Amino acid sequence: MADYKLIGKPYSIADLVAKVTGRAKYAEDFRADGMLFAKLLSSPMPHGRVRSIDTSAAEAMPGVEAILTADDLPPVDAPGEAGLTNEPMYEGEPILAVAAVDETTAANAIEAIRVDMEPLPFAVDPLDSLRPGGSNARLDGNTMVNRELANVKWDDVDWAAIDRGEMQTNGEVAEEWEVGDVEAGLAEADLVIDETVFHQSMGHQPLESRTSMAYWQNGKCYLHTSTQSTQRTHGAAARGIGIAPEDLVLVAEYCGGGFGSKIFGSIQMKIPALLSQKAGKPVMMRITRQEEHFIGRARPGLQGRVKIGFRRDGRITAMDMFFVQDGGPYGMSGDYVVVPDQSTLMYQPLSHRFRGISVYTNTPPRSPQRAPGGLQAVSMFSPLMQKAAKELGIDPLEMIRINAPAGQAKLGRPDENGEQGNVSSAFVVEAADLAEQTFDWQAMRARSGQRNGTRVTGVGVALSSFNAGAWGMDGLLTIRPDGKVYIQQGIGNLGTGSVFDTGRAAMEALKTDWDQAEVIWGDTSKHLPWSIVQAGSNTIHTHTRTNYAAGEDARRKLQEIAAGDLGGSPDDYDVADGRVFRRGARSSGLSFAQAARRAIELGGRFDGHELPEDINAVTTGAATALAGLGLMGVARDNYPTGGRVISHAIGFAEVEVDVETGAVVLKDYRVSTDVGTVINPRGLAAQLHGGGIQGFSAALAQKWVYDRRWGLQVSKRFYTNRPPTILDVPHEQPMAWAAQDKPDPFNPMGAKGVGETAEGAGSGAVLCAIADALGDGYFNRTPLQLDLILTKIEQLPPAFSTLTAHV
Amino acid sequence: MEDVRPVEDDCQAGHMQAAQAGHSRRNFIKGVIAAGASVSASSYVFKEGAVARAQAPGAVERLVTLTVNGRQRRVDVLPQETLATTLRYKLGLTGTKIGCDRSECGACTVLVDGVPQYSCSMLTHQVRGRALQTIEGLQAEDGTLHPIQQAVVDEQGFQCAFCMPGFVMNMVAMIDENPNPTRKEAAQFLSGNLCRCADYNKILNVALQGAEYTRRG
Repeated sequence: MADYKLIGKPYSIADLVAKVTGRAKYAEDFRADGMLFAKLLSSPMPHGRVRSIDTSAAEAMPGVEAILTADDLPPVDAPGEAGLTNEPMYEGEPILAVAAVDETTAANAIEAIRVDMEPLPFAVDPLDSLRPGGSNARLDGNTMVNRELANVKWDDVDWAAIDRGEMQTNGEVAEEWEVGDVEAGLAEADLVIDETVFHQSMGHQPLESRTSMAYWQNGKCYLHTSTQSTQRTHGAAARGIGIAPEDLVLVAEYCGGGFGSKIFGSIQMKIPALLSQKAGKPVMMRITRQEEHFIGRARPGLQGRVKIGFRRDGRITAMDMFFVQDGGPYGMSGDYVVVPDQSTLMYQPLSHRFRGISVYTNTPPRSPQRAPGGLQAVSMFSPLMQKAAKELGIDPLEMIRINAPAGQAKLGRPDENGEQGNVSSAFVVEAADLAEQTFDWQAMRARSGQRNGTRVTGVGVALSSFNAGAWGMDGLLTIRPDGKVYIQQGIGNLGTGSVFDTGRAAMEALKTDWDQAEVIWGDTSKHLPWSIVQAGSNTIHTHTRTNYAAGEDARRKLQEIAAGDLGGSPDDYDVADGRVFRRGARSSGLSFAQAARRAIELGGRFDGHELPEDINAVTTGAATALAGLGLMGVARDNYPTGGRVISHAIGFAEVEVDVETGAVVLKDYRVSTDVGTVINPRGLAAQLHGGGIQGFSAALAQKWVYDRRWGLQVSKRFYTNRPPTILDVPHEQPMAWAAQDKPDPFNPMGAKGVGETAEGAGSGAVLCAIADALGDGYFNRTPLQLDLILTKIEQLPPAFSTLTAHV
Repeated sequence: MEDVRPVEDDCQAGHMQAAQAGHSRRNFIKGVIAAGASVSASSYVFKEGAVARAQAPGAVERLVTLTVNGRQRRVDVLPQETLATTLRYKLGLTGTKIGCDRSECGACTVLVDGVPQYSCSMLTHQVRGRALQTIEGLQAEDGTLHPIQQAVVDEQGFQCAFCMPGFVMNMVAMIDENPNPTRKEAAQFLSGNLCRCADYNKILNVALQGAEYTRRG
């Protein structure tokens, strides 16, 4: 690999001292003089229509300052979500908000408001909505077909079979495609696995709820909020409030977790802004844990049927997938379409077919959640791969190698010409080989089936893939007369470290120490460039590109200034260690501080008074504001691209299952990756293991339980919808990881993201390990909780159909 | 006023198991009732509400002195006010986070006489005359970080870090009780705190590194 000064080296993240001393300010930590507090009135029923609202008693209460209803919000087209509504479509959906001098008064005002509601038909299980005569979650349809709301019922489907837990595949769908001939592929297979599968819906549950505080000053709205992104949240928040972006200052330096639920902030962040406008005072809207549970977004569940054909040598001839997605009441999640996208990459089937439909339900709104669709694909398919490997007598790691994508492998849905897209790189076999050696896979495998009293050891391995980068954004930095390099970051600070890690690409281009860099982030009044969302594992790849581009632009300008002042041509000069200097004569040159002053004197393109034409208007605005402060590096990322950027991870889990109690203990978890060049090893390890554990949670723990008669949820808090604690994960020895450090050819440093792909690896490996401990114990439903395990061990009939949602 | 009994044995964050959470919550509510106030299930209670003001029983002294991070702080406290609320909204100590407000997550953990407690589920009136320590009180006057804080920085511990203050306070209590914990013992001690980024592997690295720094002095 290349000899880097900063890339791949551990370092100290700039915000850690602020965080660990309590000085870091999250949204709820801001105060403003005269600040009011807001409380929400939320729907007590899954679907209803507000007939009338009587706020007179509340308005008469001393200290009540403003009430905001759905009628005060900018209109939103169906099936969009407004934030407050007169037709709530899930229990817990906000109907109105009250601002008062303190939270007690606001809460008492909420209690004093009379809302007369007409209950409407509802559906919490998508299959119930597809039944003939089944009720819909929305009055205007239960799905979307060709981007239009539609009403689909399965009149000719064998519902008795579905009730027995066998998904039927002749119902109408909204999306379908085929690559190759699936029927022929299945016919030629030596083994066909044909299973009904179920993946649960699950909330994001960030520890920091979606609290916001807003006030207005001089016609501008100042919004302190919790969001993953910054620059991209800015526009979304302004639209939600109904103002121009230049009239909004968004401050979000820290975010207490998002996992996809706060990509553009939250739909409710407009509420304190509009209440503040109405009341003429600052408004803090704290969101309680229970409110967060309802409004805090969720991953869509899937109910489906999968057929996979295998040759005797393990090669997959065909994959036939049929899915119904539990879509929540608003928008349209793409998870169900991402499942074939990622699974056709991971397993490279010789042919595949996808059929699917997303159905609206009166359950909390969905949004992307860490590896949306990717996690579900790994959780549903990797146990099938293991089952096939067992039947064919193939080592499950070898099974991964046999079907692995390599190089610019193809994936997913074909375009109108029948051509599939491809990835920029895939080094899956290499990741498997690395794991085989580093983790001693064969020794691990040898422990499969070992018995210790009533506990049986199981081992599992799973391949995961997911999106890991984009391109075409802008980089912006200034080298100022204090000699420091100020790197402007429009991405957010989610705690992954990427807001700093990607800044290091600029310093790498300048071959200068990190302590000479200052990263500017988290406040749109600080002039941030056009950036990708802080989501989708995009930032490491996308913004090493932009910051390297800005660094290269600054380097060229430094060389030009030095040549102009000291003679020779720019190429006679090099840049390193905070200086531009003549090659071979280090003393002849300028410090960054001197060059910055010269850039300001020269003006024009050197200090940002003239800007490139191909940068985004957002960047032009930011750069114009910074012009004249120093030498400006500013550039659009025009580096070559080679296909979709996807990273891979292979998880290895070892569990003990108590065959008397069904209890599962996770003994060990190891993970090997193809993530391109390692940018920050500690950040990478955090993503691999943290993501892996979130995968354990998806596999074993988190779910919703609904009272189906009333459409109400009974799992509204951490303790009823429980994420893992430190004792639920391997903790007796550190968890291992390995990365090959093989550069992606389409990034200046070879970097790819990692956060999302890590989650499926954890989930799939654990599910496979538990199945392995129980011999041929294949499970087709997540989360895999005690009841399912005991039912399997005791060989009892299942307590409910495999396809039933939210039990 | 009625005597409000401390409930530290029930609320020890470091030893709390999920099954015990309900137990301490009951004691918390009993404490609220003993203090002469009602608690509303639908709201947090902070400043005196306009309505609450009319109903205030006046049974509890309002202006109290708290010892926070070695300083005496005079503060006006409602009978039903939680310690987390007082710290965050009356004393400006926003380093202590509220993640659930119901003893489920541990983000609000502070030390009361050196014992980790969920400050969301303790009344401020319960801690009069006791020594409180929050995340803001760990750094020395000269800027030197506490060994646990230094370990966080050195190990790049935590991600979003919303859980970090609670974990760090619990770690401080842990090394006081057990200066040389095994990884398993550290996990046991810290199991009353949730990290939703699930950065547990690194959190345990921090705990052991912080303990080692402390032993080295």
